[in-house]
Amino acid sequence: MKEFLLGKLDGHALPHEWFTIGGSVAFVLLGLFVVLVLTRLKRWKWLWNEWLTSVDPKKIGIMYFLAAGFMLVRGGLDAIMIWLQQAISVDGSQGYLSADHFQQVFTAHGNIMVFFVAMGFIFGLINYIVPLQIGARDLASPFLNTLGFWLYIAGILMINMFFLLGGEYAATGWLAVAPLSGPEFSPGVGVDYLIWSLQISGVGTTLGAINFIMTILKMRAPGMTLWKMPLFTWGSLCSMIMAATVFPLLTATLFLLFLDRSFGTHFFTTGGGGDPMMYTNLIWMWGHPEVYILVIPAYGLFGEIVSTFSRKRVASYTANVLGLIGVSVFALSVWLHHFFTMGAGADINSFFGLMTIIIAVPTTVLVFVWIATMYKGRIRFTNPMLWFLGFMGVFATGGISGVMLGFPPADFQLHNSLFLVAHFHSNVIGGVLFGIFAGITYWFPKIAGFKLNQRIGRYAFWCWIAGFCLSFIPMYILGLMGATRRLDHYDSSTGWQPLYVMMLVGGFVIATGVALQIVQIIASAIEKRRLRDTTGDPWDGRSLEWATPSPAPFYNFAAIPQVTSRDAFWEMKKQGLPKPVYEDIVMPKNTAAGIYISILAFLAGFGFVWDIFWLAGLSILGIIICVIVRTFNEHTEYTIPAAEVEKLEEARARATKAADAHKVADTGEDMGLREFIKVVLKWAWDVIRNKRWRTW
Amino acid sequence: MAHMVTALEKSHEEKVATDRVMFGFWVYLMTDLLMFAILFAVYAVLHGNTMGGPSDRDLFSLPLALGETLILLTSSFTCGLGMIAARLGKKNQVLVWFGLTFVLGLMFLGLEFREFAEFIHEGHTLTVNAFLSSFFALVGTHGLHITSGLIWLGVTLAFVWARGLNAHMVRKLALLSLFWHFLDIVWIFIFTIVYLRAFV
Repeated sequence: MKEFLLGKLDGHALPHEWFTIGGSVAFVLLGLFVVLVLTRLKRWKWLWNEWLTSVDPKKIGIMYFLAAGFMLVRGGLDAIMIWLQQAISVDGSQGYLSADHFQQVFTAHGNIMVFFVAMGFIFGLINYIVPLQIGARDLASPFLNTLGFWLYIAGILMINMFFLLGGEYAATGWLAVAPLSGPEFSPGVGVDYLIWSLQISGVGTTLGAINFIMTILKMRAPGMTLWKMPLFTWGSLCSMIMAATVFPLLTATLFLLFLDRSFGTHFFTTGGGGDPMMYTNLIWMWGHPEVYILVIPAYGLFGEIVSTFSRKRVASYTANVLGLIGVSVFALSVWLHHFFTMGAGADINSFFGLMTIIIAVPTTVLVFVWIATMYKGRIRFTNPMLWFLGFMGVFATGGISGVMLGFPPADFQLHNSLFLVAHFHSNVIGGVLFGIFAGITYWFPKIAGFKLNQRIGRYAFWCWIAGFCLSFIPMYILGLMGATRRLDHYDSSTGWQPLYVMMLVGGFVIATGVALQIVQIIASAIEKRRLRDTTGDPWDGRSLEWATPSPAPFYNFAAIPQVTSRDAFWEMKKQGLPKPVYEDIVMPKNTAAGIYISILAFLAGFGFVWDIFWLAGLSILGIIICVIVRTFNEHTEYTIPAAEVEKLEEARARATKAADAHKVADTGEDMGLREFIKVVLKWAWDVIRNKRWRTW
Repeated sequence: MAHMVTALEKSHEEKVATDRVMFGFWVYLMTDLLMFAILFAVYAVLHGNTMGGPSDRDLFSLPLALGETLILLTSSFTCGLGMIAARLGKKNQVLVWFGLTFVLGLMFLGLEFREFAEFIHEGHTLTVNAFLSSFFALVGTHGLHITSGLIWLGVTLAFVWARGLNAHMVRKLALLSLFWHFLDIVWIFIFTIVYLRAFV
């Protein structure tokens, strides 16, 4: 009976090691704090109505940013833990982590950074910006969008659940490669947590991708042909088509691994006729395109940033778009380069090696387009432009080392070494993360209504660059010296320790960069009145999102714009903005169905992790009922009459005018660090002296 | 004909929305197809790994598979007739044709269930070897899709019966019939690659 009710769950599952206890306490305290603040400020209803159940892609985008930012800190902590262990675990010292725990940390680091940081930020950007860029009021299916977001949140909860129950995460590496991840070699629940975390968020990604393909292909403003689409939208379209192509492969592969683990089948086992190599093939068929899914939207937004801040149209729009398409197409046929050493034979290795090297061609086309765009431009070195330039340097290094790894004979030497890890991080930090930072600093005025502090932003940027070099140049060298990846202990006679220590120092410099980015946002909020963007177009932008006020109203456009050319907004500014003709606007109603379904999906996954099959069954039944109720609800939209729209627009115009009048004159530079510390100390002193917490 | 136009294309917005949803559903079907592609590939790789146990030729019964195929094809035909009736706005015909589709789908599922039960009864379960694992995964996933199709069909018919045949319902039926034909096509491949190939 107990086994039926609780499955494998028992007292041993409760946290009993320092890191699970620490993690559990941290998460519980964080949760309690949030609950306390919300209750104290009486904000529950507001939170539920305005944010959680919202189907506005702008609000969902912001929620993606918050969740991904939180996970960036969580995954960054893992990175520091890895480096700290490697810096001190030499000879007699075993470091502070056991080998098994160390493996769990790097597995979690990989899963979190790829699925919940990079994917979260990218989906956030696409959610916020794409509808504005194509002149749409909403997405094709607002419901699928909120569902995708909440499945992503369920995935985040699932990946952190092991702190509270189970006490172990997968120790297999982020792809859970078979047969190591099979029931024979990983009997604990760690791999199950991995499977269900990725499975749930992966389904959300597939749904999101379908939704964005529909939106971009079917909901563009009149006149905007495919060849007039902004580059970020092009990048998003390519990326989402790739996601819809490969995420089903991930779902199927993880499903088979789940069957192996929970039902004793023989797909990837060593016995019973299973084929572990097939798992490697299948997972990389998804895994390699996945990194391109992350980076292609970044390529797109770099095109826009470089063109805006060089005050030129992009050098060759056609080459740029073809480059994006080329990268996405080739990216689907290079996966085997992840296991050249597995013995697929010379012919197959040659083909995939060649494809890997060829993919550098469209990428190089993109790089040259960006350089040509800067050529003879009047470049403004704002934060987004800095991130772009940093990207060019770091990403070029990563790209070149990638081509080196693409040669099968070289790969036989470099395979599984830290050289590979350094290559990979050059691309995901230099390409994806810098792209995300560039995008967020670029569109921040649109999202928040005020510009970011450029001065502290510069400090943060240089910390990232310096920290990156300190960490990853030694990593390349270590790789060439023969250090394999995922080492939790080594001999001092190798002479590696100084380089490992340098990596740790670099990690702290990067952490300083992250701290400065948080400071940057706070400092900007303090100076909000000076930095306010009342024009809606702070950078002299070129695409349609800048035609809306900052932040954009919930219906995005009071009147849907007519597009006649590329750089639609640039043309409009030259020809004078047309006077809007107001019309009735149909908007989707808020819905909590996505939240309910995601809670049930989480419970179902939890049931499968612990073999509590009644819970899994009931949850799936619940999901079916929720879907039926939702899809047969015919009243999911409401109409705002034209007169109401006009009233809203007039009210906003008045508010802008008032803000303009109160705007503090923009004198000189943004607040620096010293001034920031002064302001914060003054505020803290004021709080303490006047006992201001009494009124909180 | 005039009746049909008023029932379906009430407004331009409605038409645009239907067009969008249909397109999105096609994209979804493609993603589902890719999932099946993986299962087919896995079956192609593993179907010979019987570890000395009975092979596909020893286990499968061609008449049974042919029967299943004919039933499913017929259900696709009745589904098509139902769709014609839906576009003409004939509620009772919709209920009859789609009802028949439902019954045929149930019969298909029954036969599949019987086949599975027989295998399991004889000790050929999915844990025995890689061949049986991949067989059950592929055909079982198709069966799960049929099951969800039947739930969807049943619920939709109940709503048509209760609410009548409005534009929303016709759109739902159109999606449903797409899904059903899609499953039919997947089954044709299963019939060819799993069953027919075993006897070649």
